[in-house]
Amino acid sequence: MLGVPRDGEHLVRLVLLFAAGVLLLLVVRALFVPAGFGDYGHFRTGAIADAGKRQNVFAGRAACAECHGEVLTALAKGSHAKVGCESCHGALAAQVADADKVKPVAIEVVELCSLCHAKNQARPKNQPQVDPGPHAEGNVCTECHDAHAPAA
Amino acid sequence: MLPHGLEGFMYPNEMELQWSILIVLYPFLTGLVAGAFILASLERVFNIEAIRPTYRLALLTALAFLIVAPLPLQLHLGHPERAFEMFLTPHLTSAMAMFGFVYLWYLLAVLVIEIWLEWRPHIVEQAQTRTGILKLLYRVMTLGSNNVSPRALAIDDRVGRFITVIGIPSAFLLHGYVGFIFGSVKANPWWSTPLMPIVFLFSAIVSGIAAVLLIYVFYCLSKGIKLNMACLDTMGKFLFYAFVVDFGLEMLDLVHRNYEADESLKTLNFMAETRLFGSQVVLQIIVGTLAPLFMLGLTQLVKLTEQARKVIFTVAAMLTMVGIFAMRWNVVIGGQMFSKSFLGYTTFKMGFATREGLLPALVLLVLPLFILWALTRLFPPMDEAEKETEPAPDL
Amino acid sequence: MNVDRRQFLAQTTKFLLLTGVASEAWAFVESGRPQDAPDYDLTRHWWAMFIDIEKCIGCGRCVDACKVENDVPAEAHFSRTWVERYNIPAGDVTNPKAESTPRVDSTAGGRHGFPEIYPEGTSGKSFYVPKMCNHCAHSPCVQVCPVGATFESPDGVVLVDKAYCIGCRYCVQACPYGCRFIDPRTNTVDKCTLCYHRITKGLTTACCEVCPTAARQLGDLKNPQDPIHELLRTHTVQVLKPYMATGAKVYYNGLDGAVR
Repeated sequence: MLGVPRDGEHLVRLVLLFAAGVLLLLVVRALFVPAGFGDYGHFRTGAIADAGKRQNVFAGRAACAECHGEVLTALAKGSHAKVGCESCHGALAAQVADADKVKPVAIEVVELCSLCHAKNQARPKNQPQVDPGPHAEGNVCTECHDAHAPAA
Repeated sequence: MLPHGLEGFMYPNEMELQWSILIVLYPFLTGLVAGAFILASLERVFNIEAIRPTYRLALLTALAFLIVAPLPLQLHLGHPERAFEMFLTPHLTSAMAMFGFVYLWYLLAVLVIEIWLEWRPHIVEQAQTRTGILKLLYRVMTLGSNNVSPRALAIDDRVGRFITVIGIPSAFLLHGYVGFIFGSVKANPWWSTPLMPIVFLFSAIVSGIAAVLLIYVFYCLSKGIKLNMACLDTMGKFLFYAFVVDFGLEMLDLVHRNYEADESLKTLNFMAETRLFGSQVVLQIIVGTLAPLFMLGLTQLVKLTEQARKVIFTVAAMLTMVGIFAMRWNVVIGGQMFSKSFLGYTTFKMGFATREGLLPALVLLVLPLFILWALTRLFPPMDEAEKETEPAPDL
Repeated sequence: MNVDRRQFLAQTTKFLLLTGVASEAWAFVESGRPQDAPDYDLTRHWWAMFIDIEKCIGCGRCVDACKVENDVPAEAHFSRTWVERYNIPAGDVTNPKAESTPRVDSTAGGRHGFPEIYPEGTSGKSFYVPKMCNHCAHSPCVQVCPVGATFESPDGVVLVDKAYCIGCRYCVQACPYGCRFIDPRTNTVDKCTLCYHRITKGLTTACCEVCPTAARQLGDLKNPQDPIHELLRTHTVQVLKPYMATGAKVYYNGLDGAVR
């Protein structure tokens, strides 16, 4: 090195060592930063696709209409019009995919209907509510009420 | 697994604490690093000659704690093998992202260089006289240069002073950013305050001085070296004044909070009076702040014997360490014990031999002392000339 | 420099640049095109949610559906969405200055509904508040992530990159709404994704799908025909913790001032 006194040589070596370290860090960075990082923001672009990859477990009511159109027609006329099929019958994308192999799980009627209709002070006043025990008198709700077309 | 002692209402995802004793430990350790370095810089940059005997010890202390500092973080991460991502894609809006760079900068560009420059004559000498693996180690450290001529050493001294000067703001950054990590979280009223980095820094200085004081006392005792009273007195004085500022800042936060009395106050006060009472009121304030302040204040106001001062400084320093650890605990754990709905509280369940339990925390607390011991073997903190020095003139 | 050398340099630079651009483009291709469904265009959506407190009956179907759809452990205390029951005691006429604290409960996040604990005649008012990630436009959780593992997608959904998250939990601390948690199975952060895998295929979220009263409705603020515009215009709408200025995109109708 021109002009650097021998007495400071160890410091020059130190600086060179540091420069090598910084260079190494830059090379490693260039090699290992994931592809597509930063295209849309400070994240790996592939993560958006990853979020979209999950398989549906719920089919959505439009899928039910393909085979069960009459039920949906009846439903639309009653007060359960807004209730989705899978709200009561559980997630059924598997059934839509293979109707013969997968059947919906049997419903525990009183337990399920009580979730929405058991008397509860916190529910909005326009929600139909009853005290399940005295009201049902030992019967199952569907004895008197058609869940697909309840009285308005 | 719901913790027992859940009281009132907490959002379902808040019930379990996310940041454990390991995250209490990290600011404690970096605080010691920053504090020890600032004590060392008092001698090097501000020419406070009296504490010269602790200069080298303070540097080694800082290094020992700095080496251990990332370990609690690594142990805590869900994916420690991905920690390197902070170097690859640091998110510039995140205070935590600067950890990797600030740490590396402080370790390599400040502390290691300063230690290297300070001990270079010793390193060069050992490289020539030692044998075996230690010879190799020392030879690597010489970077191939055996030049310890007076001119080279003069250059070293100038560069060392320069490094110390940039080291001071670097130390502030190393620990201050941790305070900012907490202080900038608007979601958490226990943490969110601009005072947080400043309080963290001053308590770091306090804990650093106390740690070096204790290490100096125990090192001298173990080697049969006479304690330099001027040094001890000066350290005690700086500890006292730093503590006064630290306590003042913490009181300012408390008074301000109680005065403004926003929505969070009731929840926070209740927490401080019940679940945090032991660690905050008893350990941090009474045992860890008021007691050592009183003891140190006594040494400033009343003429005491040498023996009495030695005992008081040592005990006060020990209590200080407890108090500053409790302060970190109260910030980290306290900030997670109440619900952000201000309607409930939870408890902190700490395991023992689990990844984030008491045992690893204790190991990490003790490990720096072993490293320090090894460092003192490689880099002697006191040469023969310093061992029985005349007391330096009083300031 | 003579002409030959200049030409050579120009050619080399051009070659390097083009190769650079080509490699950039290829990298983009390799990284996975963001649009998974054939006609989903990221730039034409801005997702939000409308929640009507006056319609929520606290049945908890949404909480259950979310766990089923998104493979969140059913019995775990953490949840991507949950329902809170608020009961605000009536003021004491003899001591109106006394502060009354709302009573709130959410056992299992409301997944099994809510047993009646406030019988007829209990004073005050009670209602249900469904909660979830607010997919904030100025998200504090995105701000604090040290590596860029959580982000807001161009169509307004705050997502987590599970392959990149280091599990530091800073985002969990930074969220004012408590919607993030650590999934112990992956040791990464998890939270509501607005059923991204469904909404990008024209379906609605699992929680909206099963809501029997349409208390929850997915909205697309970039779609001029979306009903959410009318809803926002005709209702008194609030977001949670507006003073935090998070840009929350879950809009509540009928949100009481006591709700936290």
